[in-house]
Amino acid sequence: MQEADWPAELFEVLCARGISQICHVPDSGHGRLIKLCEARNDMSVVTLTTEEEGVGLLAGAWLGGKRGALLIQSSGVGNIINALALPAACRMPLLVIVSMRGEWGEGNPWQLPMGLGTPKVLEAMGVTLFRADSADAVVPALDAAAGTAFNTNCSVAVLLSQRLIGAKEF
Amino acid sequence: MAGFLHRRDVVKTLLARRNADTLVVAGLGSSAWDVTAAGNDDRNFCQIGAMGLTVPIGLGLAEAQHDKRILVITGDGDMLMSLGALATVAQVRPRNFAIIVLDNECFGETGGQPTHTAGVADLAAIARGAGIEDTGEIREQGEIDALIADVYDAPGPVFRTVKIAYETLEDFKPPLDGAYAKDRFRVALLGAKAAVGGA
Repeated sequence: MQEADWPAELFEVLCARGISQICHVPDSGHGRLIKLCEARNDMSVVTLTTEEEGVGLLAGAWLGGKRGALLIQSSGVGNIINALALPAACRMPLLVIVSMRGEWGEGNPWQLPMGLGTPKVLEAMGVTLFRADSADAVVPALDAAAGTAFNTNCSVAVLLSQRLIGAKEF
Repeated sequence: MAGFLHRRDVVKTLLARRNADTLVVAGLGSSAWDVTAAGNDDRNFCQIGAMGLTVPIGLGLAEAQHDKRILVITGDGDMLMSLGALATVAQVRPRNFAIIVLDNECFGETGGQPTHTAGVADLAAIARGAGIEDTGEIREQGEIDALIADVYDAPGPVFRTVKIAYETLEDFKPPLDGAYAKDRFRVALLGAKAAVGGA
């Protein structure tokens, strides 16, 4: 059986859901998806200096009538906590795709605390979580997450598990 | 060196030239009160919390609305919290974007404790170093006309620090309910359909 190309499938879901602004702090887990987005002329792809910028940027995009998604690593979830007040207080949609570290066979001890804390922190801030542990769960998770975010004006995060992405030595 | 321009006069003069194509994003605290005092316009979006996001919000809006002029009006405290965003702005290089920092060299909402600009930090120099080519600092009343021309007409991104006095002024509060403020802005910009969702 041919291995599923889940980043390409994620990209198709983003297009189908009308996402036109992507912002990210790069992660190797998101590498192929970022490349696919950059190849599109009708997508704005912005590299951030820190993850919380992305929460503001996507709020601005929504004020201007555009849908976006924020691509970050689990360590970056720690940087967006207070920024999550903005979409919460304004009842704006926020779609975050998180590549997880610090869980399945992690090789870097510094990734463990935020990796373990990511689901708890996001839930504490009122973010609805969708998790994908295997390639066949990626599309349903993102599609459900995007539908929830943009139909109900709330913050959602898709957690792409480290088992799916692959453990890293560093 | 501390400034002596009056923030409310500067913002009122600056926004007197706005039209339907002008979208304003204000930083929390006094900047939001200044913008609201100049006119509680539907095309204002005022930060009430989540400090440090004013420039990123403006950037996302500028990317979404290329035909509009986006003005970010914020304070030195908020700007200092998101210096990295200046590098992001420089990289994206939105032609329709201007940042005006009202610099009173202190945290005005919390008792006037000095910020880093009261010391040696120079925000216009930082913006220039981040890669924003058109930067400057305003200190004199006689520079206000040029400030307005640049903020509205010069190719963006434009960055200006306006050195202002530290004053305690009356609060002019915008709508504090974010959901209402967001819908009001979106309906003014995008039409009535924007209130019932949809991009």
